[in-house]
Amino acid sequence: MLEPHVWSNLLVLVLVSGAILAGLAARRSDLWRDAARGLVRRRPLALAVVGVYVGVALLDSVAWVGGGGADSPGADRLARHEARSAIDRLFPLDFGERSYSAPLAAVEFYGAAPLHHPGRHLLGTDILGRDVVHQTLKGARVALLIGGLTSLIAIPLALLFGVAAGYYGGRVDDAVFFVISVLASIPSLLLLIVLIMVMGRGSVQVCIALGITGWVGFCRLVRGETLKLRELDYVQAARALGAGDRRILLHHVVPNLLHLVVITFVLTFSGLVLSEATLSWLGIGIQGSWGQMIDQARDELSREPVVWWSLGAAATALFGLILAVNFVGDAVRDVLDPRTLRERR
Amino acid sequence: MLAYLIRRTAYGFVTVLGVLALLFALFFLYATPQDIARRAVGEKAPPEVLQRWISNHGYDRPRVWNPGNFGDTLLADHFRRMLSFDFGRSDADDTPIVDRLRRGVGPSLCVTLPLFAAGLVIGVGLSLLVAYFRETYIDRMGVVLCVLGMSVSILLYIIGGQYLFGKLLRWFPLSGFDPDPLLIPRFLAIPWLVGLFAGLGGEVRFYRTVFLEETGRDYVRTARAKGCGDARIMTRHVLRNALIPILTQVVVAIPFLFTGAILTESFFSIPGLGSITVDAIHANDFATLRVMVYIGSLAFVAGQIATDVSYTLVDPRVRLE
Repeated sequence: MLEPHVWSNLLVLVLVSGAILAGLAARRSDLWRDAARGLVRRRPLALAVVGVYVGVALLDSVAWVGGGGADSPGADRLARHEARSAIDRLFPLDFGERSYSAPLAAVEFYGAAPLHHPGRHLLGTDILGRDVVHQTLKGARVALLIGGLTSLIAIPLALLFGVAAGYYGGRVDDAVFFVISVLASIPSLLLLIVLIMVMGRGSVQVCIALGITGWVGFCRLVRGETLKLRELDYVQAARALGAGDRRILLHHVVPNLLHLVVITFVLTFSGLVLSEATLSWLGIGIQGSWGQMIDQARDELSREPVVWWSLGAAATALFGLILAVNFVGDAVRDVLDPRTLRERR
Repeated sequence: MLAYLIRRTAYGFVTVLGVLALLFALFFLYATPQDIARRAVGEKAPPEVLQRWISNHGYDRPRVWNPGNFGDTLLADHFRRMLSFDFGRSDADDTPIVDRLRRGVGPSLCVTLPLFAAGLVIGVGLSLLVAYFRETYIDRMGVVLCVLGMSVSILLYIIGGQYLFGKLLRWFPLSGFDPDPLLIPRFLAIPWLVGLFAGLGGEVRFYRTVFLEETGRDYVRTARAKGCGDARIMTRHVLRNALIPILTQVVVAIPFLFTGAILTESFFSIPGLGSITVDAIHANDFATLRVMVYIGSLAFVAGQIATDVSYTLVDPRVRLE
C-alpha cells in the first residue's frame, strides 16, 4: 500500500503528461489549434488567472517527506515523518499560534497575547491559529480536485449513455431516458445531500455525488447531438460503405462530440465548485475547501470588531477562480461552438 | 388534449415510482438499516440498544422478499406509505413527519413565492432592457455584471445580505420568523433580497440570449418596416415569442427555488421545509430526508406537466396529442 502523498504525486505526473499529450495531439488538428489561438487572443487575462490557480494546485499536490523548516523539537519530529507539499514548505511547519490574529498583527486578537511570529501573517490567523494565506492556497487544490474528479466521473458516464441512447434508439433510448428523467426530477441539492448522507462524508464521496447529479444534463445534450449526427450524410455514407456500428461510433460520432465535452467541462466546472461550497455550508463538504473556510467564518462577522480576513480570503479566492473560469468558458463556447449551445445557457 | 394529459400524468407517475425505487435502493439496500441505526444511536452503543432502535422504527422486517407474507416487507411498506402520504415518524425524535411538513409549508411558501414572482418579473424586465440596448456598451456592461453576479457564491450573498441590511444599516431583523402577516415582510425582507440578487445574474443572462435569438427573426424586421417603435417591438413581439423558453426556464427554476430556500431558511432561522431538511442532515434523520426528496420530485413532476399544458396557452402552434 502506497502512502497518500505518493498517489497524489503520481496523479500530478499523470495529469501533466496527459495534458502534454493532449496538447501535442491537438496541435495536429486545425480545429483545435485555431480554437486554442482564438482562446488565448480573446481571454489572455482570465487564462493566466486560471493558470495561476492550476499552478498552485499542482505545487500543493507534489509532496515529499523530510526536509527542515521546523523550529521546535516536536515539530522537527513531525517534519521527518509527515509528507508536506511544495506549498506547505513555503510556511513554517507549525506557526505555534493559538487563536485569531489580525493581518500583520503582533498580538493575538483576544487577550493580546504576543504571537510567535509577529507581523508574519499577511492575512492573519483563523480561530485555531492557522495562517489564512496558507489555508487559502491549499484550497485551490481542493477546488480543482472537485471540478476535475467530478468531471472524470460525469463525462464518460454521460458520453457512454448519451451516445448509446441517441445512436441505438428504441429500448436503450427508453431506458436511458427514464433514468435521466428520474434523476432530473429530484432537486439537485436534495439528491446531493441524500447521496452524501447515504455514502458517508468524505472528498471522494462528494465528488461521486456531484458526478451522479451532474452527468444528467450533459447526457441529454449528447443524446440529442447523437440523434442529429446519426442522420448526417457522412454517417450514412460510412454506413453505405459497410462500416460497422463500432467504427461509425468511434470515428464519426464521438469525435464530433468532443467539442461539446470541452465546452461542458469548462461551463460546469464553476457550478461544481460553487455546489461544493454550498455542501460545506450544510456540513457535508470537503475538508479544507474554501466553502469550509466560509462556513467556519460565518459567525465571525458578528464579532466586534469584525473578523473579516478569513472569510474575505476564501471568498476572494473562490470568486477569482469562478470568474476566470466563467470568462474562459464563454470564450471556449464562442470559439468551439458558435451555434448549438447558445440557447442552452 | 385529454388523452395527452392522461398519458403525460401516467409517465409522471412512473417517474415518481422510479424516484421511490431509487430512494429504496439508497436508503435500504445501499445503506442497510443497521448502518442507519448505528448512526442514530452512535458507534459505541451496545448491540441490544441497536436492536431495540431497529425494531422500534420498524426496520427489522425483511427488506425485499418475505416468503410468508408478501406484503410485509420494507419494500412494500416504503411504496405503500409514500404513495398514501403516510410518512410515519422521524428517525431522530419520533415526531410525525406529516405534522412537521404541515408546519413548514407555510413559512417556505412565504419565502419562495414572492421571490419567485419578483425574480421572474425583474429578471425578464432587466433582460428586455439589456436586449433593447443590444450591441452597445450598456449591453456589454450588463453581460459583464451578470457574469460577476454569477461568480459569487450564494453563501456570500447570504452572509453579505445579513451583514449589510441587518447589522450595518439595521433596516431589518437579523433573522427569525413571525407568522403574523404584518410582520412577515419585515422578517423576510433580507431573504427575499438575497434570493433576488443571487439569482439575477444567471436569469438576466439566459433571458437575454433568448431575446437576442428572437430579435434576429424576420417578423421583427417586418414590424420595424411597418413603422413599429423599438419599445413596442420588444414588449409586443419579442417578449411574446420568447415565452416558451422562458416557461421552460421557470420550471427548471422550481427545484432551484427549493434548494435556494434550504440555505436561506436555515441561515435566517425560518422554520420552513428547508430548515427541516438541514436539521435532518445534522440529526442523521433519514426518514425525513426520504420524504423531502419525494416531495421535491413530486413538485418538479407536477410543474413539468403544468408547463407542457401552458405551452398550448402561450403558443397556438403547439398542440398536445
